[in-house]
Amino acid sequence: MKSFKEVAPEVEATVVWHKDFKSVNDWDAVVIPGGFSYGDWLRAGAIAARSEAVARLSEAVARGIPILGICNGFQVLVEAGLLRGAFLPNEHGRFVCRWVRLRVERPRGPWLQLAEDGVEVHMPVAHGEGRYYVSSDEYKELNSSYPIIRYIPEQNPNGSSYDIAGLGSRDGYVLGIMPHPERAVTPLLTPRGFRPGGELIFRSISRSLKSGW
Amino acid sequence: MGLYRVVVVVSYKKGLKDPEAETIYRDLILKHGYRAVKELRIGKQFTLLVEAEDSEKASSYVRELCDKLMIYNPVIHDIEVTVYS
Repeated sequence: MKSFKEVAPEVEATVVWHKDFKSVNDWDAVVIPGGFSYGDWLRAGAIAARSEAVARLSEAVARGIPILGICNGFQVLVEAGLLRGAFLPNEHGRFVCRWVRLRVERPRGPWLQLAEDGVEVHMPVAHGEGRYYVSSDEYKELNSSYPIIRYIPEQNPNGSSYDIAGLGSRDGYVLGIMPHPERAVTPLLTPRGFRPGGELIFRSISRSLKSGW
Repeated sequence: MGLYRVVVVVSYKKGLKDPEAETIYRDLILKHGYRAVKELRIGKQFTLLVEAEDSEKASSYVRELCDKLMIYNPVIHDIEVTVYS
């Protein structure tokens, strides 16, 4: 919410508790934030993915309402089958929290409207179960027509397949991203050598909701 | 109707990198000379007490719930269901 205030104050954003998420019609877009859900037991996002709120999200997808999942939110979208792949514990077995450089490929849809193909963006990761996994066959399909956000190869912080840090649905209406765009909107809180890359996403959705995409 | 103990083991598919298993295997088991161990895999075990007509029904009931509720993720996991009466 603070991110919107910071870079896209024209967007009216509200925090909605999952039990109060009754109807998809009330919202123009939905963001599932990071953190933990149900203690991340079983697998990160696995229990939340079977909740009523997430069942309603599938309805939102069918209606073309933009959905962004950040970190645990991305894990929930994957567990719910709204995005492809799976998540495993980080390859080095530890929680990782640091800024990374990313590259956006085939930007498409409301969340990446202002991104140019191949643009480099910076934001921090903070996760223990962020090793994205996808089979090589599925990857071929993703890599030919889906929006992909990749860690710059030497900077893959968790052993993700094909350096994948974020992934969109084919049309880009649904976007999942492991790094935290909402922690990358303020120059003051951005370390030297990095730029706050989260604004790209929040400005994009603001523009998209106002004038389409 | 009887009560059946159903044990479900969910483990990573072969070929998926499992750093925990690799470390235990390399730095504990092999390092301490247990060279007869050729492979180690780690899994999560769920023990369910299920009311069912027979052991086959108990097994299929549990398999169904594992599939529908995604107790395991077929993309990355193997599952093994064993019924004890």
